Amino acid sequence: MEINIFIKKIEEEFEDIQPNTLVPTDVLSEKFTWDSINALIFLAHVNVEYDVEITAEELIKSKTVQDLYDLVESKEL
Amino acid sequence: MAIFQVPNINIAGISACVPEDEYNNNDYDWVSEKERETLIKVIGVEKKHHAKKGTTTSDLCFVAANNLINELNWDRSEIDLLLFVSQSRDFILPATAGLLQEKLSLPKTCIAFDVSLGCSGYVYGLSVIGSMMATGIIKKGLLLTGDISTLNTSFKDKSAFPLFGDAGTATAIELKSDAKPMMFNLQTDGAGYDAIIIPDGGIRNFVDVDTSFDYKQISEGIVRNKFNIAIDGIKVFNFSLREVKPNVNKLLQEYGLSTDDIDYFVFHQANKLMNETIRKQLKLKPEKVPYSLSEYGNTSSASIPLTIVTELNSVVKNSELALLLSGFGVGLSWGSVILHTKNIVCPPIYIHKD
Repeated sequence: MEINIFIKKIEEEFEDIQPNTLVPTDVLSEKFTWDSINALIFLAHVNVEYDVEITAEELIKSKTVQDLYDLVESKEL
Repeated sequence: MAIFQVPNINIAGISACVPEDEYNNNDYDWVSEKERETLIKVIGVEKKHHAKKGTTTSDLCFVAANNLINELNWDRSEIDLLLFVSQSRDFILPATAGLLQEKLSLPKTCIAFDVSLGCSGYVYGLSVIGSMMATGIIKKGLLLTGDISTLNTSFKDKSAFPLFGDAGTATAIELKSDAKPMMFNLQTDGAGYDAIIIPDGGIRNFVDVDTSFDYKQISEGIVRNKFNIAIDGIKVFNFSLREVKPNVNKLLQEYGLSTDDIDYFVFHQANKLMNETIRKQLKLKPEKVPYSLSEYGNTSSASIPLTIVTELNSVVKNSELALLLSGFGVGLSWGSVILHTKNIVCPPIYIHKD
């Protein structure tokens, strides 16, 4: 799955994010209020879209959008 | 493997009762207005009912059961089984079921005992009461489930306080030789025991006047003591997303059914985000998945029967239905049941004057 599609789906999922604004190098904590609620929304999103499970620790380690993408990609294999 | 059928039992009626006080999450000023809006949207709870101190789960279950018995015109002397499923019993001991047996004027020949389960409690409870009755000796039984959770949550805990509501329910079960069997799939994972826990007050961690009552900051917006319900949100979330769908699918498969054969799926009302994710995982149409979350919150072991009473009231009264009920959470414990109903007695929800 391409990173552009990944980003597009994230933008659709999170209402606070305007479409076509996220890029892979964006730092998550600057773009999201990266709290437990958003963490859960993200977990739910990757579970339904990509059938992938992510732990809190893995999520915390992801600093950028690219990191998140790489994390999901690695689980899909 | 706990996939099994229980024959010869039928649900005759379901009722529910909530305490009179309503709490509106729009008033939850422990968090900012923006955070409040997001919280309400994500968990899906706008209002819920809060018991006053002094009201017990058994008080709520009593109102539900007493009224239901009257609606059904049941002879109380014929009720030989009362199962009380709750994690908020009246006393540490004795069991609460006996108190209810007496209050409901049930005979001394009645079997009465407690089962300590929460979110999975209704499904587990049906399997226990059903299995005991299936052999044919007991003709009438009552399954009473509910919890008073709000008195155990810390107001300053944004992960718990806005979520829970209080309720008690009663389900009347009767022996019926031509009843379609109930089909169960029940599971457990004790490794997740601390995903939802009240740490102190049991034998493992005795009450300690020096430490049990102290409020501690756990993280931003979460302050609680060791008598408060502590939820590890991500752990519970991952558990639910991992286990509910396979449990439901296995049950359907085992009995040669598909989701198309089910009229309604009534899930334990955990929170909107979690429940909607499960619904999407199972590819279920929204019309088949009712919610009582927005008006009643997460009512623990009462949530499944309460949702039937509030959201499926007219269909369960007037038609034949195939229902799949699924409870999951504290324990970690989870289970699903497929059952068929026909013209259930289902009075509107009762309000307990605290």
